[in-house]
Amino acid sequence: MTSDDAFWTKEEARLERQTDEGAQQLRPTTREMVIAGGGMWPQDDLGDTMIINMGPQHPSTHGVLRLMMELDGEDVLQIKPVIGYLHTGMEKTGEELTYVQGTTNVTRMDYASNFANELVYSMAVERLLDVEVPERAVWIRMMMCELSRMASHLLFQATNGMDMGAVSMLLYGWREREEVLRIFEYVTGLRMNCNYIRPGGVAADLPDGWQDRILDVCDTVVAGVADYDEMLSTNPIWLERTVGLGVITTEECLALGITGPILRSTGFAWDLRKAQPQLPYDEVEFDTIYTTNGDVYDRYRIRLYEILESAKIVRQCVEKMPDGDYRVQDKKLTPPPRARIDESMEALIHHFKLFTEGFKVPSGETYVAVESPRGEIGCYMVSDGSSKPVRMHIRGPSFYNLQSIGPMGSDSLVADAVAIVSSIDPILGEVDR
Amino acid sequence: MADDTAREEDHEPAVSGGPAPGPVSDEVAAAIVARFDGSVFVESHGQPVVYVDRSVIADVALMLRDEEQFTMLIDTVVVDHLLDGSRVRVDGIAAERFEVVVNFLSHPRNRRIRIVCEVPAADPTVPSLTPVYPGANFPERESYDLFGIVFAGHPDLTRILMPDDWHGHPLRKDDAAARVPVTFKGDPSPR
Repeated sequence: MTSDDAFWTKEEARLERQTDEGAQQLRPTTREMVIAGGGMWPQDDLGDTMIINMGPQHPSTHGVLRLMMELDGEDVLQIKPVIGYLHTGMEKTGEELTYVQGTTNVTRMDYASNFANELVYSMAVERLLDVEVPERAVWIRMMMCELSRMASHLLFQATNGMDMGAVSMLLYGWREREEVLRIFEYVTGLRMNCNYIRPGGVAADLPDGWQDRILDVCDTVVAGVADYDEMLSTNPIWLERTVGLGVITTEECLALGITGPILRSTGFAWDLRKAQPQLPYDEVEFDTIYTTNGDVYDRYRIRLYEILESAKIVRQCVEKMPDGDYRVQDKKLTPPPRARIDESMEALIHHFKLFTEGFKVPSGETYVAVESPRGEIGCYMVSDGSSKPVRMHIRGPSFYNLQSIGPMGSDSLVADAVAIVSSIDPILGEVDR
Repeated sequence: MADDTAREEDHEPAVSGGPAPGPVSDEVAAAIVARFDGSVFVESHGQPVVYVDRSVIADVALMLRDEEQFTMLIDTVVVDHLLDGSRVRVDGIAAERFEVVVNFLSHPRNRRIRIVCEVPAADPTVPSLTPVYPGANFPERESYDLFGIVFAGHPDLTRILMPDDWHGHPLRKDDAAARVPVTFKGDPSPR
């Protein structure tokens, strides 16, 4: 025993020099020692709390979101989001660009569902101009917006799974999302930031044979969603991690201006596609997904099943796609086809005028709102009769949804804070603009 | 050929003389106009807009929330009209440099309304709507940050998008874009 005592004395002295917690756990403890000493850790009777900074470079903050958390041990007492790290003055840039160039700017705001941004911008310009868009253009817009909703929710499934530790979900979600992005590349030429929906219609008609490719992608995604559902929705580890966590009520959502899947997860079935359709959503069959618990699990499930609803809408769009023009044939508003420029002097002049000074919009102001994958995205636009807007403001749903971190995150654990932020699905490009 | 008929004079679109104040076609707007003296209703592209005095905007918001079932404050936007070419003039409203525009949405009644108040540049102060609608917190901070509009009664009126030590309000029209030069690694900070 003496040799043992000597060893432990020496060992204690060595451990004394080490201050990290890992070394302290090496000390021999017995049950009696733990009880006599009031537990392994000194009891925190002082009630002092600690402010911990998470982000802006934390991988689970979906970009550059910084959270200031007040902690009592592992318990989060309150969370305050700090934003602005991605602020690039896109609204100021929007005032410098003409209406023709504007969509290239707004498409970079919510980069995970860019079509919704382009749509509100274009619809605001069209409303100020009093332009009626051809039916085919409207249906193309609706189909692309729903494909974009699928891509955005697949991105959420991937990153949400990764944040919770289900890393295989990241790869599955990315795999299916990539298929949708290939459609975007096929139709618009670009995988992201497509700049496809423009004032007056869309940039180009759908390429030949688009029906089969889009239906194939729908099948792939629907099969993928069935897999995720099987893998996660009844998985005990997943349920343990998500059910009853980050609960928010309908009243809190309404007071804080929170829209989209977070609002629907509280039992409030509000969807602008049903309530105030700006595109012909009343001519297609789909359901509003809503749940009643308002927790992380419900928000995951809503986004999962909304992918299926979007696939339903896309299939009906393929079926019902009307013939006609893909944009307004107004030479002052939409550029001439490339082939016409070689033949017609007037076409060349129109092209030049449109891309140098743009078209002029009568003075006025308007607000247009549609349902993006994250909630109500709106565009408030003020024109003074020139070819550039006086004010172009995008109401980004993530900007408002981030305010829900306060009620959701209080009384959770640090590890749960990651799950809660992930379930809000913020896109920081849209938050900071 | 069709596109040869277009002429240069067609290029100038007619500038509208602004919305004419007619009979109030929106019941909520009518209630606001009846209760608050000096409010003016206009219809802007089919959407109801009410211009109110900035001193009563919190009362208008309270009325919308408690009596008219407007459940959500959608957005608070500021517009700087310093350099406007042709601005929409509303009869009965003295135009000022700034406009604070607040969008409301009623879920039960499925309708929207927009409240606008004029704010002079000399005294850019507006009562905060955050006590009425807590969701106005972030957008009012954004408006303060980018336009320098002070929302009186806001619980935490600090910069939200720009750095805390930033000088100026970048979305004002007299704050030119690219005012701050691009800096490279090792350069002294522009601030």
